[in-house]
Amino acid sequence: MSFAAEEITEELPPPGRSALGQLLRDPMGMTGAILVITFIILAIFAPLLAPYDPIHIDVRHKFQPPNLAHWAGTDQLGRDMLSRLIWGARVALGISMTATGIAGVLGLLLGLVAGFGPRWLDAVLVLFFDSFSSLPMIMFALAVITVLGPGIPTLILVIVLVSVPGYGRLIRAQTLALKGADYIQAERTIGASSARIILRHLLPNVVGPLVILLSMDIPVVIMLEAGLSYLNLGVGPPTPSWGNILYDGYTSLRSAPYMVIAAGIPLVLCTLGFTFLGEGLRDALDPKLKLRAAR
Amino acid sequence: MTAVFDIEALQVDLPLGGALWPRLIGKAAPRLNILSDITLSIASGESLGLVGESGSGKTTLARAMLGLMPASSGTMRFEGAPLGSRASFTALRRQTALMFQDPVASLSPRMRVGALVTEPFVIHREPMGNRRERARELLETVGLPAAIAERFPHELSGGQARRVCVARALALTPRLVLADEPTAGLDVSVQGEVLNLMSGLRDRLNLSFMIISHNLAMVRHVTDRIAIMYLGRLVESGPTAQVFANPRHPYTASLIAAEPHPDPRRRRDDLAIKGEIPSLLQRPAGCEFHTRCPRATDRCRVEPPALRAIAPGWQARCHLAEPEPT
Repeated sequence: MSFAAEEITEELPPPGRSALGQLLRDPMGMTGAILVITFIILAIFAPLLAPYDPIHIDVRHKFQPPNLAHWAGTDQLGRDMLSRLIWGARVALGISMTATGIAGVLGLLLGLVAGFGPRWLDAVLVLFFDSFSSLPMIMFALAVITVLGPGIPTLILVIVLVSVPGYGRLIRAQTLALKGADYIQAERTIGASSARIILRHLLPNVVGPLVILLSMDIPVVIMLEAGLSYLNLGVGPPTPSWGNILYDGYTSLRSAPYMVIAAGIPLVLCTLGFTFLGEGLRDALDPKLKLRAAR
Repeated sequence: MTAVFDIEALQVDLPLGGALWPRLIGKAAPRLNILSDITLSIASGESLGLVGESGSGKTTLARAMLGLMPASSGTMRFEGAPLGSRASFTALRRQTALMFQDPVASLSPRMRVGALVTEPFVIHREPMGNRRERARELLETVGLPAAIAERFPHELSGGQARRVCVARALALTPRLVLADEPTAGLDVSVQGEVLNLMSGLRDRLNLSFMIISHNLAMVRHVTDRIAIMYLGRLVESGPTAQVFANPRHPYTASLIAAEPHPDPRRRRDDLAIKGEIPSLLQRPAGCEFHTRCPRATDRCRVEPPALRAIAPGWQARCHLAEPEPT
């Protein structure tokens, strides 16, 4: 029995790159990252970047089509559209990222507990997930807003309550599927504690799909916010949000079609950015896909 | 020789699905008996082969031994200390290692090989010095280049993954290694290498092995003692050489007769077993092997046989097994 190390000299694949390096190598993920980062910068530095005060009314210059002074034109009250859209990114990203972030963490925890914990707890949590997801979303949102009053915190609460069950169920299903996997059993046989199994071996393997789902849900939440603001149940005037800008544009669609277009472009770009980023992250976080991507 | 692991009258049952209803009406849930009356001991430095058809409970036995499946009754002892409590199994897992049938699937997919082989040190808070250095040493013991430490499990070949599992199993120099089909899915030359590796380490570190396998030729080659399982019971156990030379249980005899032989002209006698293994849900009455046994008598259909001593350390569960003349 002699096997020297030389016996196994087949070519080793290049050592796995870091997830970040992998993401930057992927054109789609790169595009997504650039778009998302741009919007985040816009949101953070809105006061510095916006050329005008977004709520300054100047009725003499209302309904101006895009020109050199107002790149995206002005609305029905003569407010600068570009400034309003930049400030709107703040509302859109602030609400959607906070809400999906909270919902994602809660869903992850509840899902892991449901999947790995005792059966009765699983039954209770699944009942909770099912009853929440059986509520029609818009009706539920309207009910909560009616009780608590419209506003950004209410909006975030609604979004969290509506999305936690979906994330929780996804994580629970993943956990259940992996719980019986050989490597989890193998970890038990070498004496790993439940906490270690959950944190080191289950979490990294269930979190991938969640990250993708979250990044793809951010646009949905932006749309939901826009929709509720459109119904005057989200962000109230004069605070600019992409939703109420779209609403204003819609009412004057015939006289000033550029308003809807100008408000739609950031919404579309932001949606695409998060979706691309989500797909890029999925590829980068899964070591099994690395080889394929490297080719 | 002192026993490393002692099993006495071990029984393992699984509750059948839908146990909620009987529990609500206060009845005992229906249970499926998987292992019954297993008495077995593994001596220090010994290697024991566990053989039987698929579904005979070999893997379940290994899992029950490490506490992955709860025992319904019976006792297990590791180096004299009784096992049962959670703490006792935690202590046991420091001293034992289980190698799974599928080596790639038993390695956590998002950890690199280096982290995987050194994980036992981290879990049991054993000093290991430099982690990278320790990983290199462990991989070297099983004949793998240090560069493998940077790989993910899915980037390994079957043979490499098997060696990584061996390295991981031996990281803390266990007293007992349970190897579930250590040669499954490997080509013959790699099988030989893995077996040589295991037996070399056994001699050097005085490990005990329990090797679960279908491969009789392999078991005959590497084990000192052999235990044959049928439907969750041991039907025969004894020294490998003697059992192969003169099997006392007709099932053992059929297994050995069914083994392929390199001589194509040699005719097999028709001792080969007929039919399928019976369902665990409907265990045959009397001797459970009587439905397929070429030598079954009326007595076998009615009276379940007990284990009979053939010679010291050699037992068979058959009415027809006669003790070795002394």
